[in-house]
Amino acid sequence: MSTRLAQGGRLIDRSKPKNFTFNGKRMKGYEGDTLAAALLGEDQMLMGRSFKYHRPRGVVASGAEEPNALVNLGQGERFEPNQRVTTTELFDGLYATSQNHWPSLEFDVGVVNNYAARFLPAGFYYKTFMAPKAAWKHVFEPIIRKSAGLGQVPTEADVDRYEHYYYHTDVVIIGGGVAGLASALAAGRSGAKVLMMEQTHHWGGRAAVDGGEIDGQSVDAWIDAAVAELEGMENVTLRTRMMASGVYDHGYVLGYERVADHTPGDGRPRHRLWRIRTKQIVTATGAIERPLSFAGNDIPGVMLASAVRDYAVNWGVSIGDRTVVVTNNDDGYRTALTLKEAGMEVPAVLDARAEATGPLAEAARAAGIRVEAGKAIAKVHGGKRVTGVSVCLQAGEGSTLEEIKCDAVAMSGGWSPVVHMWSHCGGKLIWDEAQAHFRPDPNRAPTSHDGEAFVVTAGTASGAMSLAETLEDAYAAGKAASKAAGGKAIRKAGPKAEAEAEQPMAPVWIMPQGAGPQKRMKMWLDYQNDVKVSDVQLAAREGYESVEHTKRYTTLGMATDQGKLSNINGLAVLSDALDQEIPTTGTTTFRPPYTPISFGAIAGEARHEIFQPIRRTPMHQWHEDAGAYMEPVGHWRRPYCYAKPGETNEQAVHREVLNTRENLGLLDASTLGKLIVKGPDAGKFMDMMYTNMMSNLAIGKCRYGLMCSENGFLSDDGVVARIDEETWLCHTTSGGADRIHAWMEEWLQTEWWDWKVYVANVTEQLAQVAVVGPNARKVLEKLGGMDLSKETLPFMQWADGKIGEFDARVYRISFSGELSYEIAVPASQGRAFWDALLEAGEEFGVMPYGTECLHIMRAEKGFIMIGDETDGTVIPQDLGLNWAISKKKEDFLGKRAQQRSHMTDPERWKLVGLETLDGSVLPDGAYAVGEGNNVHGQRNMIGRVTSTYYSPTLKKGIAMGLVLHGPDRMGEVISFPTVDGSNTVIKARICDPVFYDKDGEKQNV
Amino acid sequence: MSNAVSALQGASFDGYCKVEEAGLTGMITLRGDLASDGVAKAVKAVTGAAMPGQGEVTEGAKGRVGWMSPDELLLIVDHADAAAIVEAATASLGDEHSLVVNVSDARAVYRVKGAACREVIAKLAPADTSVMQPGMLRRTRIAQIPAAFYLEDDETAVLVCFRSVAQYAFDLLKDAVEPGGEVF
Amino acid sequence: MLILECPYCGVMADETDLHGGGEAHLKRFGPGSSDDDFETYLFHRKNPKGVHFERWRHVSGCGKWFHAARNTMTLEVYGTYPAQTYEPPKDLVAKIKKKHPEWGGYE
Repeated sequence: MSTRLAQGGRLIDRSKPKNFTFNGKRMKGYEGDTLAAALLGEDQMLMGRSFKYHRPRGVVASGAEEPNALVNLGQGERFEPNQRVTTTELFDGLYATSQNHWPSLEFDVGVVNNYAARFLPAGFYYKTFMAPKAAWKHVFEPIIRKSAGLGQVPTEADVDRYEHYYYHTDVVIIGGGVAGLASALAAGRSGAKVLMMEQTHHWGGRAAVDGGEIDGQSVDAWIDAAVAELEGMENVTLRTRMMASGVYDHGYVLGYERVADHTPGDGRPRHRLWRIRTKQIVTATGAIERPLSFAGNDIPGVMLASAVRDYAVNWGVSIGDRTVVVTNNDDGYRTALTLKEAGMEVPAVLDARAEATGPLAEAARAAGIRVEAGKAIAKVHGGKRVTGVSVCLQAGEGSTLEEIKCDAVAMSGGWSPVVHMWSHCGGKLIWDEAQAHFRPDPNRAPTSHDGEAFVVTAGTASGAMSLAETLEDAYAAGKAASKAAGGKAIRKAGPKAEAEAEQPMAPVWIMPQGAGPQKRMKMWLDYQNDVKVSDVQLAAREGYESVEHTKRYTTLGMATDQGKLSNINGLAVLSDALDQEIPTTGTTTFRPPYTPISFGAIAGEARHEIFQPIRRTPMHQWHEDAGAYMEPVGHWRRPYCYAKPGETNEQAVHREVLNTRENLGLLDASTLGKLIVKGPDAGKFMDMMYTNMMSNLAIGKCRYGLMCSENGFLSDDGVVARIDEETWLCHTTSGGADRIHAWMEEWLQTEWWDWKVYVANVTEQLAQVAVVGPNARKVLEKLGGMDLSKETLPFMQWADGKIGEFDARVYRISFSGELSYEIAVPASQGRAFWDALLEAGEEFGVMPYGTECLHIMRAEKGFIMIGDETDGTVIPQDLGLNWAISKKKEDFLGKRAQQRSHMTDPERWKLVGLETLDGSVLPDGAYAVGEGNNVHGQRNMIGRVTSTYYSPTLKKGIAMGLVLHGPDRMGEVISFPTVDGSNTVIKARICDPVFYDKDGEKQNV
Repeated sequence: MSNAVSALQGASFDGYCKVEEAGLTGMITLRGDLASDGVAKAVKAVTGAAMPGQGEVTEGAKGRVGWMSPDELLLIVDHADAAAIVEAATASLGDEHSLVVNVSDARAVYRVKGAACREVIAKLAPADTSVMQPGMLRRTRIAQIPAAFYLEDDETAVLVCFRSVAQYAFDLLKDAVEPGGEVF
Repeated sequence: MLILECPYCGVMADETDLHGGGEAHLKRFGPGSSDDDFETYLFHRKNPKGVHFERWRHVSGCGKWFHAARNTMTLEVYGTYPAQTYEPPKDLVAKIKKKHPEWGGYE
């Protein structure tokens, strides 16, 4: 059984017990524990079930590479699935449950998959669920959805907060082990601005577990001294609990800081995502031990040798009383020695190498440990827990020589440098034959905006495997990075350690070497996704030669651990099956994040009311207080209508239309874009921007104008006012102000930069109110001030003056067909002006109206709306707007495009009005069908509805649409089949799009 | 004008820095040839401030002047004086090709007060706030909206954004100064 | 994520402060131009593997358009320059040519 030892545990504080709950059971650990250490300390070896076969699984590793031990963490609004117990810090009240099983962890029905494993090989899904088609939706998908997946989906909203933090620095050091510390000392001493991040909560990494001395001190003592020196440097920032998630172009690094995972609810942001720009990056990310592939290597109790050692030294936890060590290198002996020293039994070290003659093997023998060279594990015995191993020759086919009873197996297959941060941005790797691993090729580093290398590796991440080499390499890396980042040269020597001799490792990819199919089916490569040696070999046999294809076919390395343990073993097996060298096979691509990061961290502050900007007019609060139903228009929120108590939105809209036509309506038109165009060349510029002539617009007058893209398509419209000799004011659509402003600037800056024109966007400087209806003039005259009579301010003119006490610019324009004034006042007075109009208008039947009322009134008048009648493929000529396209002008944006053959094609659908024969309202977007079928066997289409409303004024449905030869077919009836399932066809007559007051008598009063 | 109000009417929030809306602030966009004597003269006349260089903000007796782009300045003056200053500057510039516009009401202005004011803005803006000193102005974005900021002193950052997103900007800053969110 | 130096502001601007505008130095063809010329202007774009000249706008900074010479493979930025020009600066072209003798040059 796994248990807490009486002594030891360099990271825990036994005077500070922490209580937690796992699967409803109350348990105890200590401050400094990971959840993994605490669970093991309580003999909770079984922690979860595997993804596909639901096999019992325990923890394999002691760090971020852990594939198996994922749990549901927390409850309710702090629930999160798939949390690695090895990177979860223990705290009082921690609540965890195991996942991926039913009904319980101990007894899981899904394990039936395990017995059917030979029917579920690689590519099973692709091969099995192909036909019949209907079965996918009704049979396969529901079954897969039930049995697949990892943890549960949270059911409550996340209660925590998250934030981003932008940081700019010279050097980022990723990893706070002894290599990172050595690099930081060098970089810090150079005076460069340094940020060092460490993913765990303690400095020094694993070096102290392995022992040795640095500069004549114990590793722990040196770590303390180094951290103290770094803390004393003003130019160095140290952060623990911060993982580098990814390295991106031009020195961009994401740092994932788990601020309050271990102190939930303390008011701090849970995670902070550091968005870092740095000149240089040092990756001191260490190395990860590889598992060995032998039958039953996934049974709980089989662990990485380094992890077994970590649990003993760091947390005072033993995995078992009797641990068999199996290794292909000297490092495995350190675990045997550590366990022996802690008073545990090590029945044997099985060394796959033909000889075991290195100093560590000798030390093991001297400690009384049986060392068996050339031996391997034929099979691990046990189900939910290791009970023993069968020993065989590594060179043979796996005949059992002896059985050894044990309750733990520590395996070491050699070490692979963590190259992720090096590789994310294009750093290349070389295959190191001696260490049987890929390591960064320092001659092919990722390059930045200046074309120079910006990542350098340090220590074991470079492939330096001994403490002495690590320190030397890391200090040099820190020096190199700080020099490249502009730091000053340093003379002070770096830390040193004694070199330790080791016997070379021997690559072992399958154990034993000649294992047959039965054994290979039980050799796990990817624990989380249940990919075995036999699956990769099957993929190779079926022709998957590319490692990227094999990965996707077998799902090797595609789990949440991204194959940190499995990748090298997997591609070694693939290479062997393809009979090629490992470097020829190559690696899959390393992509961020290094380990999964929370959605909260990615979203940062963008949640709840600050999920996205909401734009508000100066009158916004009034609309909300009035209970307006708001609709989004770009980022604006505009009142759709103002329903009174007991009224539906539809009834409110109809009331607003009738009241505006009969009495007085007010519209908050502040969202309309307002751009000032000024300069000696402004007239020439306006003529280029608009399809119609704007240079000859008289001062004091207004003109409706159209703007097109260079493709000729209608892009925006609005009323332009000539302010003075050199100045025009352009109104744009509500959604178009920023876009059209940018459009004008683009042409002025990049094409006609010698034209003397300045543009300013004054959209938000002005609150604008449309005062509309037969009583519009009356209410303004009541407020007093400027003369707004028909004679002084006729239709399509503007004037500056005072209305009441307000400075106002009044435009006599109408989008409704009624007598209408659009009045702009400074935004700071917008609300007061609105209030004044409401108060004064009371006797004239004033009512505010919303955007839907605006839409109906413009449709009754046959006015087009950008976004309804246009969709990016419509030219003004399609809409019968030829009157607004100058024939005199040599050029305007879109003119040349409108001469292209497709644009002048008489078959283009053209705008007409549509009235249903029965007075009903046509469905929005409905298509009219013609005779015959197209090449796809579908009915030919001859038109579509672009705007359709019930007109309260005319008491019937009205619509506009684009119809083939429409303007030539006035009075014809066309058919609109419905798609609501009723199988009915609506008949509509083609008519003039102006339904109301065709002569404009109402607006000209 | 007595009934004129700023977007949030002086709203404030006390976190580990204090955030307060500055209230009505006069702001004028001046576009022109920044190298011309005419522009320098007009700016000096209406604000008392010298012409700012690239990325700078200068201060005079009647207002501040920020460099916004190679052909644009932002004049920060008393709200009540803004209209008159637009007229005066336009008159001073005479026939010189230029555009002077009152944008006072198109903006919202915030002060972030406290030793960590740079840190607070760094939670929202991709700019390097650590190098910012009084006298410098930076145009960038905060979260999803454009913004400009400068330092009045070492512990007071002034942030300018559009009026329509005043509430969003205030809520962002409020969130950023929430106690417990201290980075350092 | 790129950083580009805005030639107007002098700041190293984060990509999130910028807006990409595609190929630089397009020649506009208006009324009177041939169908071929107009088609080329509207639709035909270079897509080089290597040196490329692009338009960028410092959208949340000064709002100005500028040009960048950038390597589409390595993302190296050879230089940025104001947009008010019909072709890249000679010294910039020479600098790139020196670094990549095999490059065909700006045409």
